[in-house]
Amino acid sequence: MNFNMAVPEFLIERKKERCIDCKVCITQCANECHSFDIDEGRVVSDETACVNCQRCVVFCPTRALSVVNNPQQYKNNANWTAFDINTIYKQAATGGILLTGMGTDRNYPIYWDHLLLNASQVTNPSIDPLREPMELKTFLGRKPEKLVVKDGKLAEKLPPQLELEVPIMFSAMSFGSISLNAHKSLARAAEEVGTFYNTGEGGLHRDLYGYGNNTIVQVASGRFGVHQEYLNAGKAIEIKIGQGAKPGIGGHLPGEKVGLEVSLTRMIPQGSDAISPAPHHDIYSIEDLRQLIFSLKEATNYEKPVSVKIAAVHNVAAIASGIARAGADIIAIDGFKGGTGATPLRTRDSVGIPVELALAAVDSRLREEGIRNQVSLVVGGTVRNSSDIVKAIALGADAVYIATSALLALGCHLCQKCYTGKCNWGIATQNPNLIKRLNPDIGAKRAANLLKAWAHEIKELLGGMGINALESLRGNRLMLRGIGLSQKELEILGVVHAGE
Amino acid sequence: MIKTIDAKGIYYKQLNDKILQAAEEGADKIVLENVNGQRYIGTRVDRPVEIEVKGVPGNDLGAYMNGSTIVVRDNGQDAIGNTMNAGKIVIHGHAGDVLGYAMRGGKLFIKGDVGYRVGIHMKEYQELIPKMVIGGCAGNFLGEYMAGGILVILGLNRKPEEPIAGDYLGTGMHGGVIYVRGEVDKTMLGKEVSVFELDETDNKKLDELLHEYCNDLGIDYEEVRKEKFVKLIPVSHRPYGNLYVNC
Repeated sequence: MNFNMAVPEFLIERKKERCIDCKVCITQCANECHSFDIDEGRVVSDETACVNCQRCVVFCPTRALSVVNNPQQYKNNANWTAFDINTIYKQAATGGILLTGMGTDRNYPIYWDHLLLNASQVTNPSIDPLREPMELKTFLGRKPEKLVVKDGKLAEKLPPQLELEVPIMFSAMSFGSISLNAHKSLARAAEEVGTFYNTGEGGLHRDLYGYGNNTIVQVASGRFGVHQEYLNAGKAIEIKIGQGAKPGIGGHLPGEKVGLEVSLTRMIPQGSDAISPAPHHDIYSIEDLRQLIFSLKEATNYEKPVSVKIAAVHNVAAIASGIARAGADIIAIDGFKGGTGATPLRTRDSVGIPVELALAAVDSRLREEGIRNQVSLVVGGTVRNSSDIVKAIALGADAVYIATSALLALGCHLCQKCYTGKCNWGIATQNPNLIKRLNPDIGAKRAANLLKAWAHEIKELLGGMGINALESLRGNRLMLRGIGLSQKELEILGVVHAGE
Repeated sequence: MIKTIDAKGIYYKQLNDKILQAAEEGADKIVLENVNGQRYIGTRVDRPVEIEVKGVPGNDLGAYMNGSTIVVRDNGQDAIGNTMNAGKIVIHGHAGDVLGYAMRGGKLFIKGDVGYRVGIHMKEYQELIPKMVIGGCAGNFLGEYMAGGILVILGLNRKPEEPIAGDYLGTGMHGGVIYVRGEVDKTMLGKEVSVFELDETDNKKLDELLHEYCNDLGIDYEEVRKEKFVKLIPVSHRPYGNLYVNC
């Protein structure tokens, strides 16, 4: 039975008196929601396939269109939402696993919004970053136990470090899941601002080798596009163990997305499925992880820091301790709200823990064990603005990874349909007609603007606290107060309540 | 130019420093004596050289290797040829687990038995076709997720009733081919593969590969070829094509 029992999620409203039948909406919608009715001589819409990406709304020259939530809902029921009912209809019709994109949209607590920052009043002066120097420079990598200085110079070589002008990097998104123009935008923005973007697990496109000084190359379980030249192309290597949107499961780029360019970059035949196994089958233990870390160091002559990215899960603190001891230079922790191109819905919405709690737990644990200097901590998974970043740094992060925010800067409207390959904004697609919609010159400018704006705001917030270098805030939880949190939450976060 | 390095009692990093230095000084062949578990041999050399290993090398022998040749006169350990792109590794004894993981090109010849999860996610790309030949038997999960390349298992010198490979042979396989000498018990196969007869193209490919293998390892080709081979290939290139429904 192909009859669709679900009620359309959205309504497309077209104001007749405004619509001039220019057909822009028809050309803009890859889901083919709009069409020209020859008999009636006008443009009409059908919302069955509408994903509420707002492309037609933004591009309608006469503001005739709006997409709204469908007020026609199922009979009210406090236990069964329309969403719950629709998922059952879909699974009953197909027998399939529910697939979705981006990070969870469920109503879980956002701990960033339960943390408040301090400011200087009377007893110490605040600093005005517009007129006084303010340092955001960040070095990621293993720091030695002590510095040996001889004749005014370092006597021992420091382990390799990544040098960031702002404590913000673009986190891993593979070419395949996002378009080449999206990668180019991020690479150029990273270069302009002095930070890094991450290739994700899909290899490095030839056009992007020139941005190597601002690139982190990723090695995941599928080892797509991984070879000696690739490993040496960036400034650091990241081993992807897991990601927040789908902890514990692998990845699967369907064959239809593996066109010529993706094929060349991933080094697999065109049209073949790119399957990333759930685990790295050469890693079943911390000792095995150490073996992979050092194989990458050997392959790059010990010149590049190696990062290990994990999803924030229940035992994250103990796992992070193991990763540090395994010889990683950087640990990247991805919270459960992190985005992705494709993930099973139930995994995305119910596996993992919030990054704020994971970060606090990991930083505390590594300090207790006296090994915090051995690794840098980078966190991601809903870092939405500059104050989230300042709070993350105060909780103990060295830097943050952003991806959803970066894609929003490029024009993403969070419709969460990345996995369909029909991204009307030209980001999560390989369709040659759609990818042209993202101009990498404009994309790079917008992504760089975002980082610069946030850098200004971070300086303002630091200045307000009377701090003139980000380093002085790192792990300084005295600058944080909790609000509306339980005693247990405060304890895990290592902060006291506002008013204390 | 041949350079000999004594690996006795030195840590892998120092040994690999010496190998890199020898390669940089122009050595075409490097002989390593008294090797005893040192890892990543052949990984750091940045141009193709020939390395002869006397003793037992450690894990990740030839990881990410791109064109060198390594000959081991003894047994090997785990993760040989990890993510190898090109080149050749010949092991004159047995070898361990996770051999040729995600190998994209080159050859890996093992004379004896191998452990678990060998040939996982081998893949091929354009002219790069990885080839692995195992002289003895293998453990479970041989050729799991295999996406390309050629894997041959001979089962030489196995005892009567001893299975040629463990369970879940070729599970999740979606590309490439596994040639098995002798019969395959279908109960040990992964559900994504089936058994087929060899055709002319298969025999040609296999002949060429086995001639080279037997020649390298001093095995009688005719003896190997006496027994019939079957091939395992995936029944679908899209094993998970209908797994999902859009949310």
